[in-house]
Amino acid sequence: MSIWEYANPKKFLATTEKVMPALWAGSAVLITVGLVWGFFFTPDDYRQGSTVKIIFLHVPSALMAINAWFMMLVTSLVWVIRRHHVSALAARAAAPVGVVMTVIALITGAIWGQPMWGTWWAWDPRLTSFLVLFLFYLGYIALWEAIDNPDTAADLTSILCLVGSVFAVLSRYAVNFWNQGLHQGASLSLDKKENVADAFSNPLYVCMAGFVLLFIALVFYRTGTEIRARRIKALMARERLEA
Amino acid sequence: MPDLGKYADTVLSAYAASLLLLVALVVLTIWRGRKVRREMETLESRVKRNG
Repeated sequence: MSIWEYANPKKFLATTEKVMPALWAGSAVLITVGLVWGFFFTPDDYRQGSTVKIIFLHVPSALMAINAWFMMLVTSLVWVIRRHHVSALAARAAAPVGVVMTVIALITGAIWGQPMWGTWWAWDPRLTSFLVLFLFYLGYIALWEAIDNPDTAADLTSILCLVGSVFAVLSRYAVNFWNQGLHQGASLSLDKKENVADAFSNPLYVCMAGFVLLFIALVFYRTGTEIRARRIKALMARERLEA
Repeated sequence: MPDLGKYADTVLSAYAASLLLLVALVVLTIWRGRKVRREMETLESRVKRNG
């Protein structure tokens, strides 16, 4: 069995429809457990007070905002190299999910920043690169909508995705190589000795797993919708030809 | 309800805004998915009928 079998729209739809119930249920359970655990059963931070509870939404959404773009990059490259339509449609399907995740990260960051930094917004490297990433998402969605020919749209959006990846990388690593920013370093890291305390990191891991599953569920479902929308266009074109 | 102290508005507004956006995303995704699926099935049966 090869992964390229899923480039067949029928095979993709048949397989994803089987796993969708588990993905929806898994994401709902993990997000509910993680947020209830984080909101009700974690202590206040000695400096941030109860605002630390915002981390359970801010970090998973920021994680998905960046990784959604990377998923789009990979599927766009598959489109460019192998010309699989499902791949291009998966990238298209992921963009609105990515934009919502970016908005959640920006909003929760601003709401947290107001009492902690004394400002809703600062032109900090990470915040600014995140804002640029948000604009790239909007541009990407607009480009898909603006071009009638789906193959041309997939080609051009793939190039835009490649360019936008610079800002996706920047938004992830900006805090590491620009020291003048307000934004603190990563809350969780594999190569760092000091992470947030277990009391916060355990529910945070559950929320992150929930957001990952939700992202996969949404992208599978939306890709199925895009495949069907494309089939509708093909059937209508056929009807017009026969009329 | 935990005691959120002086930051209650901050924390609650962050949760409300985020959950609202997540629910809206899921609802709109499923709504559009069902609409497109219905349209496709109608069109497919019409094409089959007309040969």
